[in-house]
Amino acid sequence: MSKINTLEDLNKAAKRGLESIIPSKTKVMVGMATSGIASGAQEVYNALAEEIKKRKLDIILSKTGAMGMDCIEPLVDVLQPNKPRLAYSKVTAKKVPEIIDQIVKGAVNGNKPAYRMDEEEFICLNENKPYLKGPVPKDLEGIPKIGDVSFYKKQMKLATRNCGMINYESIDEYIAKGGYFSLLKALTKMQPDEIIDEVIASGLRGRGGGGFQAGIKWQTCRRAHGDIKYVICNGDEGDPGAYMDRSVMEGDPHSVIEGMIIGAYAIGSSQGFIYVRNEYPLAVANLQRALDQAREYGLLGKNILNTGFDFDLKIGKGAGAFVCGESTALMTSLEGKAGEPRAKYIHTVEHGLWDRPSNLNNVETWANVPAIISRGAKWFSSIGCKNNSGTKVFCLVGKINNIGMVEVPMGIPLKEIIYEIGGGIPGGKKYKAVQTGGPSGGCLPDSLIDISVDFDSLWDAGSMMGSGGMIVMDETTCMVDIARYFIDFLEFESCGKCVPCREGVYRMNEILNDICDGKGKAGDVELLESMSQGIVDGALCALGSTAANPVLSTLKYFRDEYVAHVRDKKCPAGVCKALIRFSVSDEKCTGCGVCLKKCPTECISGEKKKTHVIDQTKCIKCGVCKESCKFDAIIVE
Amino acid sequence: MKTAKAKKITVKDIIKKYGGDKTAMIAILQDVQEEFRYLPKAALSSISKQMEVPLTRIYEIATFYNAFSLKQRGKNLIEVCAGTACHVQGAARLMDRMERDLAIKCGETTKDKMFSLEEVRCLGCCSLAPVVRISGNIHPNLTQDEVPKILKNY
Amino acid sequence: MVSFIIDGKKVEAEAGANVLQVARKYGIVIPTLCCHESVAPSGACRLCVVEVKKGKRTRIVTSCLYPVDEGIVVETKTDRVLNVRRLVMQLLMARCPESEVLKDMAKEMGIEPQPAFHPDTDKGKCVLCRLCVKACEDVVGASAIGLSGRGKNKKVGAPFMEDSKTCIGCGACAYICPTEHIIMESTDSKRKIWGRTFKMQPCDKCGRYFAPVDQLKFISDKTGTPMTELAVCMSCK
Repeated sequence: MSKINTLEDLNKAAKRGLESIIPSKTKVMVGMATSGIASGAQEVYNALAEEIKKRKLDIILSKTGAMGMDCIEPLVDVLQPNKPRLAYSKVTAKKVPEIIDQIVKGAVNGNKPAYRMDEEEFICLNENKPYLKGPVPKDLEGIPKIGDVSFYKKQMKLATRNCGMINYESIDEYIAKGGYFSLLKALTKMQPDEIIDEVIASGLRGRGGGGFQAGIKWQTCRRAHGDIKYVICNGDEGDPGAYMDRSVMEGDPHSVIEGMIIGAYAIGSSQGFIYVRNEYPLAVANLQRALDQAREYGLLGKNILNTGFDFDLKIGKGAGAFVCGESTALMTSLEGKAGEPRAKYIHTVEHGLWDRPSNLNNVETWANVPAIISRGAKWFSSIGCKNNSGTKVFCLVGKINNIGMVEVPMGIPLKEIIYEIGGGIPGGKKYKAVQTGGPSGGCLPDSLIDISVDFDSLWDAGSMMGSGGMIVMDETTCMVDIARYFIDFLEFESCGKCVPCREGVYRMNEILNDICDGKGKAGDVELLESMSQGIVDGALCALGSTAANPVLSTLKYFRDEYVAHVRDKKCPAGVCKALIRFSVSDEKCTGCGVCLKKCPTECISGEKKKTHVIDQTKCIKCGVCKESCKFDAIIVE
Repeated sequence: MKTAKAKKITVKDIIKKYGGDKTAMIAILQDVQEEFRYLPKAALSSISKQMEVPLTRIYEIATFYNAFSLKQRGKNLIEVCAGTACHVQGAARLMDRMERDLAIKCGETTKDKMFSLEEVRCLGCCSLAPVVRISGNIHPNLTQDEVPKILKNY
Repeated sequence: MVSFIIDGKKVEAEAGANVLQVARKYGIVIPTLCCHESVAPSGACRLCVVEVKKGKRTRIVTSCLYPVDEGIVVETKTDRVLNVRRLVMQLLMARCPESEVLKDMAKEMGIEPQPAFHPDTDKGKCVLCRLCVKACEDVVGASAIGLSGRGKNKKVGAPFMEDSKTCIGCGACAYICPTEHIIMESTDSKRKIWGRTFKMQPCDKCGRYFAPVDQLKFISDKTGTPMTELAVCMSCK
């Protein structure tokens, strides 16, 4: 591969890329992000390869990232010349021959695709390219268009624009989507201050949680004293229940890299780092490949795009510490030390990594930058709501029908995310709350279902945007247990440097454990409240100072559940083991004997076709009886 | 001992790979762990000597990060995801079941050195909750019922 | 020089100084545990918190780290500040129930232990102020002890929690420890610390045992001074 120096070179690469995005022969794509692989995409990919070889077919087999609708993976997309792109859901190796049959025969029957795409959006180029000329073939009309699928209808993909669309192993496909044209524009047509002004005007706020204006941060770093400056990408996505950054790093690594090169040029930095979680091996591999490709094309390294600008990027791997998502701790970790945070009275944009000015943004923030540069601040700020421009990627997980990664314009009502995109709560259960912002965030109860999802509204409601986890909870989720879960998480993840976090969170966990174990005492709830204030004010870093949020927000909206645990020794949701008991419903039990067989302590007895009985002295409350009963006959109270 | 000699060479190689860069300490330890499946005491001492970094510093890093283990792990590492999505989908019950079936506690290794049981904070497969990762393979939507069958395959 | 207000008093200080230094200069008492003039502040104990108003923003900061700035308004005894200090003291008393130093400090501050916290039994009197670690690493240069683990399992000690191999027996850690957690037992000819027994060097002139032999060797190695020159105590030099 020769280096890219000019617009012509870039156009050539784009042409090659477009030929592989919309090829002149049949292409089959398998969603091979971590979620896809975990649901069996590798086996499907292997089966496809084998079947294609066996039948000697001239078909391109390609890998792509995650489209977002994880609950229907493994996903196989078929694109034939002059036909809509068809997405087959929940594909198994067994179903592969049939899909190949359909390709060969050119007819859809039996195993129907979940949706079709008639055109492909090229966000950075501001155009849609049709897959077919003329009308959709009659036999495919019945397959819903992706835009009509409720999961995708209200979504808008900017940061995840290429995820699930391009082959993450191909830099040319990225370039074909308009990639690195923004970099060329920035380096050849814009002054660093112009870029910063554009990012400020776009209103882009840091997607990592804090919501600080990215452009202002860049400006401060540009103005900070020092010859050597760093740009850093925070890919230490530690919030449990959040994986949007992983999806971008895996599915579209170049968008992050391009954003960082533009940022580095604007700030005046020649070295950058991407800090990735240890738990994300595929993200590391895909980023590493992308870095090598970019270097080969001369998009990284010396004299980028023949403009005289030098910049290079290195990956730093985390080793499993939630606290390293905090900027100062992350930088300490990059320096090769134990990732303890330090006081931020002097900001990292002035004194950061190795005490030099350092600009840190998260994956999603960086991924937005190329789109802003190509389409302009005005376009970006027209999306979203007041003071919250653009989109936000969320991971919608927990007790929700359509589990997956979604990207929506800021300011969308929560209700639309839960009930339209998410498709509501499974099993006819009642919605109880959604937890946003990870361990530092809070819960939003049913009464706030109409809330506008943006940085400021969530903050006012006692939660926060955080990096984008949205964990949906239903009536079977105990809010005291959830608070305990997060406090336990934070106790485990506290670095142990400062007293309020190390000792305070540990004591809160002790109290919450007592409450869940039925040993709660009068005054416990009030003590939790007063401790919370001390921890908020006293802790050293953001992990500590927000550690009490899960307790404060559950207390704010679900105080009655705490009271039930402490005063009545009851867990209304039926979760806290010490406060519940399992029994068999006389009405619903059919005496099928499944629970009896599955019970690990053999505490269930009963004759066939007669109501079974649980021996309370032997029951360990493992819940396997409830999980295995097909008749909902196990009562938990 | 032959193995000890082989180990020493590897540590040296790893340090060389990073050019002795002290800021690459975490990556060096990760590579060492990859090689031995844990961080042997001798390896840490050897890194300390060769790189002229106090052992106290290396020990601090090795005990600070979750991914590092100073104890020898079993052949298969079982990681029960304790992310929020897995938690609300019953990860705690899975962990209980694993502990009962393997007759060890979380953080321990079975007597036959076949399995080590650990908890991991979110593998990012929330859509497949609850998940368990065994020797790198993710088992999605696991129920406690399926645990014995899955363990048998390792 | 910058001027600002602390507890209603207008004060002046060198730019770059921290609030704690200035407060102490003006006789304002702020309790601390992890602060010592011979090592850089870390902000670990959080006892020295104060309330700072800068522009429109008021926040709680640690005075040992917060740099003074023109026009800031510092309050050292607001309710919020006292609430943090109370919590910190109560948490530390539960961690180290046997520490007399903590008890005395709490008494002076008018703070009672929190009965809801079950006292720990495994932490000794260590509050994890990390002064010992810093002294050993930054002042002495031995790096014989360090931190390990994290969160509530964080500990101070030699690697692998074994007897220290690189300790030189200088005792700096024991001298700097604010809560008398680190125990150093000395007889004339021997000193015990961190699980090791060190032979003491008698002064060539007066015969008094004055320093561990290992410490003198360490100094000799570092500075190139021959051992014979170092074998004389300070009073005889």
